[in-house]
Amino acid sequence: MTEDKNKHPEEQVLMEGDPDTTGHSWDGIKEFNNPLPRWWLWTFYACIVWGIGYTVLYPAWPLINGATPGMLGFSTRANVADEIQRFDDMNADIRQRITEVELAAINPTDNPDLYNYAIQGGAATFATWCSQCHGSGAAGVQASGYPNLLDDDWLWGGTIDEVHYTISHGIRNEDDLNARYSEMTAFEGILTEEEIGAVVQYVRNISGQEHDGALVELGGQVFYDNCAACHMDDGTGDQFLGAPNLTDAIWLYGGSEDAIEYTVRNARFGVMPPWSADASEVGRLSEAEVRSVAVYVHSLGGGQ
Amino acid sequence: MSATEEPQKLYASREPVFPKRVSGRFRNLKWVIMIVTLGIYYVTPWIRWDRGPNLPDQAVLLDLGGRRFFFFWIEIWPHEFYFVAGLLIMAGLGLFLFTSALGRVWCGYSCPQTVWTDLFFTVERWIEGDRNARLRLWRQGWDFHKIRLRLTKYIVWLLIAVATGGAWVFYFADAPTLFIQLVTGQAAFVAYTTIGILTFTTFVFGGFMREQVCIYMCPWPRIQAAMMDEDTITVAYRDWRGEPRGKGKDRENLGDCIDCNACVNVCPVGIDIRDGQQLECITCALCIDACDDIMAKVGKPRGLIDYMALTDEANERAGNQKKSVWKHIFRLRTIIYTVLWSAIGVGLTVLLFIRSDIDVTVAPVRNPQFVMLSDGSIRNTYDVRIRNMTHENSVFEITLVSDQPLQIELEGQENNTVEVPVDSTLLQRVYVIAPAGSAAADENLTNFRFWVEDLSTETRTYQDTTFFGRDLE
Ligand code: SF4
Ligand code: SF4
Repeated sequence: MTEDKNKHPEEQVLMEGDPDTTGHSWDGIKEFNNPLPRWWLWTFYACIVWGIGYTVLYPAWPLINGATPGMLGFSTRANVADEIQRFDDMNADIRQRITEVELAAINPTDNPDLYNYAIQGGAATFATWCSQCHGSGAAGVQASGYPNLLDDDWLWGGTIDEVHYTISHGIRNEDDLNARYSEMTAFEGILTEEEIGAVVQYVRNISGQEHDGALVELGGQVFYDNCAACHMDDGTGDQFLGAPNLTDAIWLYGGSEDAIEYTVRNARFGVMPPWSADASEVGRLSEAEVRSVAVYVHSLGGGQ
Repeated sequence: MSATEEPQKLYASREPVFPKRVSGRFRNLKWVIMIVTLGIYYVTPWIRWDRGPNLPDQAVLLDLGGRRFFFFWIEIWPHEFYFVAGLLIMAGLGLFLFTSALGRVWCGYSCPQTVWTDLFFTVERWIEGDRNARLRLWRQGWDFHKIRLRLTKYIVWLLIAVATGGAWVFYFADAPTLFIQLVTGQAAFVAYTTIGILTFTTFVFGGFMREQVCIYMCPWPRIQAAMMDEDTITVAYRDWRGEPRGKGKDRENLGDCIDCNACVNVCPVGIDIRDGQQLECITCALCIDACDDIMAKVGKPRGLIDYMALTDEANERAGNQKKSVWKHIFRLRTIIYTVLWSAIGVGLTVLLFIRSDIDVTVAPVRNPQFVMLSDGSIRNTYDVRIRNMTHENSVFEITLVSDQPLQIELEGQENNTVEVPVDSTLLQRVYVIAPAGSAAADENLTNFRFWVEDLSTETRTYQDTTFFGRDLE
């Protein structure tokens, strides 16, 4: 349509040779009824043929119990399984080697490849199995007594071998005979009220916190008689027994007077399942995985 | 509304187009542009550029696996992708600029669709002859002669198409190595499929689809209208000069157009520019050449069909002075595009020169924000990523500057140094410790600065970050 600039669009008339309009008019603008190119129609038919072929070859039509499987037997699930298998095969060698070297040798200098694998794999395993209690950042949960794994204070030892042992066998569980084991006495009823109050002040004293100086002497005596067997004479604890160091700044259950008093009266301790499938029936992790987690935890800043 | 007797057809089959050979100034310009653009495309991957022993020596290389983009002396890392984004924005703005000034010059001269179609036309003309011969060939039945010509044409087209698809993959790997691999059947599967797809599209788009791509498939003709206005220079027919057209010898009552159809015959999209500006017109200007030729023969001034703007049309009709070309080109719109385009260009160039060969990013680990150690000191953890963009293995020292007594420790490293291999990045866990009772340990936030120094070249760079304390308040 050749446009006449002086005319309002409403008045635009069709010229000779112009195609028909669709008959629609929007604010005076009419739409030409141009025929579609035929090849475009053919691409449309081709798409239909393709679509039919596709639904025959690939899983497509939803039925009551799943979809039609398709003639090619394609399945994303099987693909994922294959993919996992492929990676397992690729990693088989390195997993084997991780179980063969000394734990301490899995470090960036001696075995950078093993170390790298252990850190990455350990982080994934940790996120799956350990983070529920210890937190995704491994900082623990003080309110529930789940220890922080980032600091330099270890109940059962912070060397890579000790960490590995703890992960393998767990703590105070009945599934693994080699689990770490010890138990604090609940002193409610064993110690007098006065003695309890005094020993709390004594513990506050040796950990460098505010305390009532008048009770320290009595408290020291109570401590020496009742607590030192596990927590040692100087209160620095014993990692062999899992008895915490009471002189440092880190408190598993809190270091306030109330928290300490509660612990003295009722005793507190945590449990942890055994993870090594080799060590117990309930263990879920292979040796390579346990070792990877150990290396990962050890690398978080607290490892000794 | 014209009432039609018979119902209109919903689908139209394609009208084949047999453009005639033409020569003239715009055709020559198109030849030059075709040679230059195709030359750049086919030759670039083979240019060598020495970058030392550790890096590829291909001048232009998109190393997808290694995540590097090499362009002569420039090397782009993934974190510098804004360079690529910037270039794309510049390409877009450049296209806007040219379109608002000169209409569809992109379509007419440098779009790959145009250039390759032009190349395919050239081959076609060379094998099957010019317009009339091709028309005859098309109408006649299949005989040996026709089959031979068609086969030859298809084979040559196919060779061009394979070369086109082939050249593409050379941008993504070392060209000579890949060439040998391709020939000996050892190249990656994806290389063959890429070549296959591009061969197919080149062959089909250049040989058969041609103007159909521009008219029905390409979005650009729809978009470009937004960039054009009455000052945009585009191809148009001076109907006030040409009409009434006519073939007659007696030109008393006739315009300059002798209705020879030369302009229609050369048009690669098969339209008649004398009907006015049309969506199909890619402004290749071949009709200008064709018409100029005729005008010279009949002794009339050139430019019955010419580059002009809508305002010119109105002016000329009214017998007024024509605006100069420069007035059309330099107007607010094009100036804004130019300014934006140059601003980005200058910005990118400056960035290119001030970027350093080492780069560090510090990500404070905030889960947890801090850890208290058994002596009461407070420790923060940082993931420090060092990118060694120098061409050698380098040892980097990480230090920190603060007015607080902060100490630094590197996970797994003896001292505060770490080696980063050539052309790679390294993630290093760094601990920063504030002694018990220090201000940094007890306050909420303390700012400090990490310095990372390449010990061999002594270049250094820094990153500011914060230290989280216990916030005793
Ligand atoms: S219409 Fe599209 S494909 Fe055709 S020449 Fe223009 S940009 Fe290229
Ligand atoms: S009308 Fe002229 S400028 Fe437009 S496509 Fe045809 S030959 Fe090219």
